[in-house]
Amino acid sequence: MTAIENPKTYKWVGTRPIRHDGYDKVVGKARFAADLNLPGQLHAAYLRSPHAHANIVSIDTSKAEAMPGVKAIVTGDDFPALDITDPNHDVSINVLARGTVLYHGHAIAAVAANTKAEAQTAAAAIEVEYELLPVVLGIDEAMADGAPLVNEHNHQKFVGPSDPSNIATHTPLERGDADAAMAAADIVIEREFDCAHVHQGYIEPHACVIDTGADGKANVWASSQGHFMVRAITAAVLGWETSRIKVTPAEIGGGFGGKTTVYLEPVAARLSEKAGRPVKLVMSREEVLRSSGPAPGAKLRIKIGATSDGELTAIDGWMAYQVGAYGDFAGMVGAMSVASYKFPNLKLESWGVLSNTPKTAAYRAPSAPHAAFAIESIIDDIASELSMDPIELRLKNAAVEGDLTAMGMPHPRIGLVECLEALKASDHYQSEPAEGAARGVAVGFWFNIGEQSSATVNLNEDGTATVITGSPDIGGSRASMALMAAEELGIDVYSITPVVADTEAVGFTDVTEGSRATFATGKAVVEACRELKVELCRRAAQTMGVDEAEVEWVDGAAVSPSHVGGEPLTLAAITAQAKRTGGPLTATASLNAAGAGPSFAVHCADVKVDEETGQTEIVRYTAVQDAGTAIHPSYVEGQMQGGSVQGIGWALNEEYIFSSDGVLMNPGFLDYRIPVASDLPMIETIIVEVPNPSHPYGVRGVGETGIVPPMATIGNAIKAAAGVRMTSLPMSPPKVLKALGDAR
Amino acid sequence: MEYAAPTTVDEARTLLADNPGSRVFAGATDVVPQMRSGRPEPSVLIDLKLIDRLMSVTHDNGHWTIGAAMPTSELTSNGEFTSVFPGISEGAGWIGSDQIQNRSSLGGNLCNGSPAADSVPAMIASEARAVIAGTDGERTIPVADVVTGPGQLSLADGEFVVEFEIDDPPANTGDAYIRMTPRTEMDIAIVGAAVRVTMNGDTCTDARVVLGAVAPTAVRVPDAEAALIGSSLDEAALAEVTAAASAAANPINDKRGTIEYRVQVAGVLAKRAAVLAAERARA
Repeated sequence: MTAIENPKTYKWVGTRPIRHDGYDKVVGKARFAADLNLPGQLHAAYLRSPHAHANIVSIDTSKAEAMPGVKAIVTGDDFPALDITDPNHDVSINVLARGTVLYHGHAIAAVAANTKAEAQTAAAAIEVEYELLPVVLGIDEAMADGAPLVNEHNHQKFVGPSDPSNIATHTPLERGDADAAMAAADIVIEREFDCAHVHQGYIEPHACVIDTGADGKANVWASSQGHFMVRAITAAVLGWETSRIKVTPAEIGGGFGGKTTVYLEPVAARLSEKAGRPVKLVMSREEVLRSSGPAPGAKLRIKIGATSDGELTAIDGWMAYQVGAYGDFAGMVGAMSVASYKFPNLKLESWGVLSNTPKTAAYRAPSAPHAAFAIESIIDDIASELSMDPIELRLKNAAVEGDLTAMGMPHPRIGLVECLEALKASDHYQSEPAEGAARGVAVGFWFNIGEQSSATVNLNEDGTATVITGSPDIGGSRASMALMAAEELGIDVYSITPVVADTEAVGFTDVTEGSRATFATGKAVVEACRELKVELCRRAAQTMGVDEAEVEWVDGAAVSPSHVGGEPLTLAAITAQAKRTGGPLTATASLNAAGAGPSFAVHCADVKVDEETGQTEIVRYTAVQDAGTAIHPSYVEGQMQGGSVQGIGWALNEEYIFSSDGVLMNPGFLDYRIPVASDLPMIETIIVEVPNPSHPYGVRGVGETGIVPPMATIGNAIKAAAGVRMTSLPMSPPKVLKALGDAR
Repeated sequence: MEYAAPTTVDEARTLLADNPGSRVFAGATDVVPQMRSGRPEPSVLIDLKLIDRLMSVTHDNGHWTIGAAMPTSELTSNGEFTSVFPGISEGAGWIGSDQIQNRSSLGGNLCNGSPAADSVPAMIASEARAVIAGTDGERTIPVADVVTGPGQLSLADGEFVVEFEIDDPPANTGDAYIRMTPRTEMDIAIVGAAVRVTMNGDTCTDARVVLGAVAPTAVRVPDAEAALIGSSLDEAALAEVTAAASAAANPINDKRGTIEYRVQVAGVLAKRAAVLAAERARA
């Protein structure tokens, strides 16, 4: 497929039709996993660990088994022990503990009974004897010499066999001579930052319904970001062949990266197998917060050097991500996320560090928000020290095509400069902040990924099309698939039915993650449509009695200059005659997409700080982001606004508060404070379009970058408004008030 | 667990007396979440919302009578009440969301016993009284005497709050309630402050200052009241109010706030509530 240079001549791409799945969602007909009920279904509940770290000496389920309504009980012993080198080892011992509980809330056993209440009562009656182990909760504590082990099964990844360790990953990246550059710099600023764990806060708790039949096959209905992933992990944990499991994707009520792994399905499948009945397993909100996968906390020491005219010459960074009780990729990605500026000299070291807290999971641009909070705060301080406009300083150093990322890969065509220019020219930046408010800006980057996708497009006999993919729609991707298909085929977007099909009805497709669905799955849809257009022209040539080479597909119809006096042959006319011209028209495309275009964002916030209470009010907020090409601008804006709002929550109030023995103290939305509508101004959006040359319509993923800039944006605005540099997330009223007091 | 819905105070009294372990409720906005989070279920849940006396608001003979189970949304939408007691109305209006407001009540908010109850400080500032029904009839005590500690009430077994009485305020009186929450709404007060003042021109002739969420119960701050009375709410008087309120705060460290923060902000909110109440008194 050839690249395009954003011609802006599309009929459908770039328009804003109402999403195809909108009606069902608005009237409550959309079926989420917990909405499904099967005849004879049982309800399951967990017994979870009351300790953050303990050996399980014994589990006695006999009393629970004898309780009313109980049909099956499973513990870790009901699952095969995977080898420590197996990629699913950690998930297998997270799903149900084996021998050791590693965090408070770690699942130990599960009960299936006629009612949820019976299951809960029986689960509480399971008797477990524990031998308490030392609890490790902090990064410094875990990295200290002689620290107790968080998890005796953890070995540092990618370094070959080693002793058990509290280190999950260690990723050094180096270019040039950062020490020498720092020594030669006119200005050097170094600060230490810390960030609390936060949760993705998806509204829908994890849920599944599973029917394991007597034939040994399991039918799974589940909420996830990727049902092929659910199939693969569930099979691996159960020790089954993958093909024994069929997963039907339910509608998903938010994921943001948190639903890229599995918690419930292997447990429900085994319970169903044992009981011979379908089993429904739904987490409570408290279970979601205690026992799913929040984003890591972090500690970062960052030093940046610059010349007196604002050229950034070196960055030296140490970043430690607290990844929970199991190894995770978070530490690796931290350093990789440094890519917004041309640092000629760079020395970055990032760590993934274990603690007896829930295993962490991806959350929108995983690990980048922490790093950006630190780096963009210091860059703001450099601008301020040099009396430079913060956008000018960033423009002077902004990465462009060919500049190297921290990983050493050259950037393809990117749109950071265009985003900075767009903010500079915006009404927001051109207007003075409101009375009493002050302004901050910051940049964010996410690299995005491609991965594997499949799409099947069936042309129907009435001239409509069904577009079938395997990407769960977590952000409006069905509408985007339909728009790209409508553009290709030249038919109305509402003549397209976009379908997310089960694991047996569409080709393998990776998880909806890395902002990849519209990019990679969209590319597969376009490829399938292009194959169909060739076939449509062939059929039309046959009907018109002209040479195939003389037929062109124009605006939804085959036209041929050689077809004297003949009308163009519409798609509907061709599909109506399909039986006589060679049978049904259908095409499938599968790919492993390369060339996901990085997406940059620049955010701007005006805030007021109440200097007597430390409370920050956001009075104006603008998000600018490069979408490559916005297939459906409303959903691009939605992603930008959603990322901004989650970032604002992370910046101001969201945090996991643990007791000294590792118990989460705020496992509910009352005290885990995601923003409410009245906390926010309208999030203004400016979409920048610098097309990605690797996508037929120029798409860049837009889902993640929006959460990267808000923390530094708000921190920089607080600095401007109240004169204090906040280095600890969240920047909650008590912390701001304390900083103000310390500054006096 | 059984459910009962009496239609008279006497019927409710009998049910409560005859069923050990029973519990009355109004909107159930605290009772149901408590049961779901694992607290023992009562033997009988006695719904008070079908008793007319607990669901009405009246104004005669120089005082207001407010049913203990009446939804706070009815109180906050009562224009006459809200114009006389804007501070009580503000406090009641902070409880939960709009949906919760159609269920939450002054009686429930008080008898849940939370030190952070939003409607309580302003009721105490107006010296509201609680009419309590029990096996031996009815008695009336100051609202300030109902809660004795977190979740602890002075009510005996078999007693429940029927209604509140609040006397008409003197002329040139205003009240205000301000709370601090990290979010703008849907949150629990880290600090709450209610102030009621009566003004004679620019001079404050009477004052009540009450703090919430900074001690085991809502607390009056006599030193702050003394600082206000006789003053014109000048800078010096307000500084004294701030200091007195901070000194009176005796909070705990918890997931919602630190001692240091609550002490500091108690003073700030008392000062701000005093200024707002005085503005209203002069209006």
